[in-house]
Amino acid sequence: MATKPAEKGFSHKKVERNVTLLGALALLTVAIGGIVEIAPLFWIDNTVEKVEGMRPYTPLELAGRNIYMREGCYTCHSQMIRPFRDEVERYGHYSLAAESMYDHPFQWGSKRTGPDLARVGGRYSDEWHKAHLIDPRSVVPESIMPPYAFLADRDLDTGDMANHLTALYRVGVPYTKADIAKANDDLAAQVDPAAGLDLQKRYPKAQVRDFDGDPDRLTEMDALIAYLQMLGTLVDVEKAAPQERPSETEVAQ
Amino acid sequence: MDGLVTKAGGWLALALLALVAAAVAVDAPFAVHMVIVALACLIALWATVSRADFDGIARGILKMPADQGVYDDDPIRWGVIATLFWGIAGMAAGLYIALQLAFPALNLEFEYTTFGRLRPLHTSAVIFAFGGNALIATSFYVVQRTCRARLAFPTLARFVFWGYQLFIVLAATGYLMGVTEAKEYAEPEWYVDLWLTIVWVAYLVVFAGTIVKRREPHIYVANWFYLSFIITIAMLHLVNNLSMPASIFGSKSYAAFAGVQDALTQWWYGHNAVGFFLTAGFLAMMYYFVPKQAERPVYSYRLSIIHFWSLIFLYIWAGPHHLHYTALPDWAQTLGMVFSVILWMPSWGGMINGLMTLNGAWDKIRTDPIIRMMVMALAFYGMSTFEGPMMSIKWVNSMSHYTDWTIGHVHSGALGWNGMITFACVYYLVPRLWGRPRLYSLRMVNWHFWLATVGIVFYAASMWVAGIMQGLMWREYGADGYLVYSFAESVAAMHPMYLIRATGGAMYLAGFLIMIANVWATLGGKVRAEKPMTETPYNAAADRPLVPVPAE
Repeated sequence: MATKPAEKGFSHKKVERNVTLLGALALLTVAIGGIVEIAPLFWIDNTVEKVEGMRPYTPLELAGRNIYMREGCYTCHSQMIRPFRDEVERYGHYSLAAESMYDHPFQWGSKRTGPDLARVGGRYSDEWHKAHLIDPRSVVPESIMPPYAFLADRDLDTGDMANHLTALYRVGVPYTKADIAKANDDLAAQVDPAAGLDLQKRYPKAQVRDFDGDPDRLTEMDALIAYLQMLGTLVDVEKAAPQERPSETEVAQ
Repeated sequence: MDGLVTKAGGWLALALLALVAAAVAVDAPFAVHMVIVALACLIALWATVSRADFDGIARGILKMPADQGVYDDDPIRWGVIATLFWGIAGMAAGLYIALQLAFPALNLEFEYTTFGRLRPLHTSAVIFAFGGNALIATSFYVVQRTCRARLAFPTLARFVFWGYQLFIVLAATGYLMGVTEAKEYAEPEWYVDLWLTIVWVAYLVVFAGTIVKRREPHIYVANWFYLSFIITIAMLHLVNNLSMPASIFGSKSYAAFAGVQDALTQWWYGHNAVGFFLTAGFLAMMYYFVPKQAERPVYSYRLSIIHFWSLIFLYIWAGPHHLHYTALPDWAQTLGMVFSVILWMPSWGGMINGLMTLNGAWDKIRTDPIIRMMVMALAFYGMSTFEGPMMSIKWVNSMSHYTDWTIGHVHSGALGWNGMITFACVYYLVPRLWGRPRLYSLRMVNWHFWLATVGIVFYAASMWVAGIMQGLMWREYGADGYLVYSFAESVAAMHPMYLIRATGGAMYLAGFLIMIANVWATLGGKVRAEKPMTETPYNAAADRPLVPVPAE
């Protein structure tokens, strides 16, 4: 065996004797991975390819999304279709990054105890959703989903919706001044076909109707169904498909 | 006296502030939480001004020995009790939601008892309440012993303990009321996050302060792991919970990042909550308690250096394996996969260093049920850190992701590694902290060990079958070119697996209840008269030199 060389220069003993050095080196070591992996996502342009049709949530959809989060739906339902033949056939076109660009936070989920919901919008009727949320086993006998009957009994109480839109505006969602000013009115307008025209101008493809079969009241059920019915409906995915490759104009440039 | 007035005034001011916030709250859960905060402040105020001897009262109830003036062990004793208390809550919640998946009627048509609200309660209670209290208690125990110094800032150490309990209460009651940021394992809302930040900084100050006043030249390896755990959790917590409140008098906030960026930030946090909370912190426990219980030195000092630095460097990169085949850019997915596979090596470095510490003391596995638990914990650590890299390979992940396999993987790590090593450490600590000759019963530890081990086998095996079955059913095509199974059929097929899983969980919980009884009796100073775990037969008649007998 070779003789052990005398210790010179750097020795781990230095680190073991100095808590500041140990802490600083540890912080440096753990910071690198995040900086290299996460930071570029904020400045590499093609991380989120632009697609036609994406818009911020209407106040009612947003309120519905908040109920979706409140009830922990993300613990059992994903909103991220992977590009596999079976998933695309079962749930629809695979999810695009742009489709969750206004999702603060994202709701991709990690577990499918129930099916993926990324494109559930328009697949079932409002009546089906209402019946399913009140008693899931009345329409899907094998279901193990909890019943959410209380949503139909409860008036939607969001507090001042303008505050919510303002908070989202501050983190980068492009709500206009008009959107924020009319936020509370927009809540009610989306369940009233007579008042919904202005809403649809500002939020293209917004679905305006009474969602829960109880036109006299604006309930949590209205909001949640409005959210579920818009999921995956904004982007025309067939148009977006060619954007997977750099377009000819981009190549020419 | 001035100090008393300042402290009391401070608590009163905080209580009033919280009551004002409760009065102007824009939603009911926020008001409830502010009332809880105000009550906590008032209790602290009462504790400050009244002359009652609270340590004396606690000593009476928890049967704690008086301060011997050696090490500052009171917060550690509370921590051990808190670990057991939150353990029952978290594991019972887990068993209940497991049963809900088998019998949906258990959702009780009541909003507070739905799976969606109880599941975060279960995960946070076992990870942050059970695991977190175990980490805080053992870190305070280990840092004092290995530094040969009493805790720095004893008052702040008590604040860390009580502040952390307030965080748990706010988080747990929040989940039941539906207050959540809807990011897994980071569910508490913005004001609870702020509170945890304050507590965590105090924790770092107490821990690093104790290391600074050490009487030993070297910082022991367990403290490297504790320190990196505290620092990294602070970093992850701060970045992942950046959010914009809708109102400063309301519970609701919106995450700072959206979509892809939010997804990777969340899983950078989520995977390293596993990597640093549940791995680095618990490896620190392993590095102190396994050598202590085995009465053997750590196997390799060099291996501990190499695996410490490589573990903390590599873990942080592994987050994207939670987002394979999603809209996350492919380069990030591949990077995450490669680092996840490499991570296998430093993980096994820790396992080998722990197991080989038993060199020369392997017989203790037969005679000492606490060593047996530690060895089983390390075995499960090794198993799940092999399973994890395997599942992070994209080809495997395409089938395992979104299925119950993931749940099984998490639990073989959580029940096998985190649970078992925590039980072993608590069994080691209780007689020493309460000055008892030994545990009430070692045979009960043995029962606990077997119930837990068999329970995990039921759990993991049923979830492997469930996960692979889901993965295959979802992608099964018939000869006609159509998908064979509807989603509902895959749900129905899970029923027997969910029953077996709940059985495994029930066994694990039963073992834990035996532990509670054992610890409670030990606190009471009782010692069970029982046959020792091993008895080597001794035949006095045969124990003599052979007398030569002349041939006839």
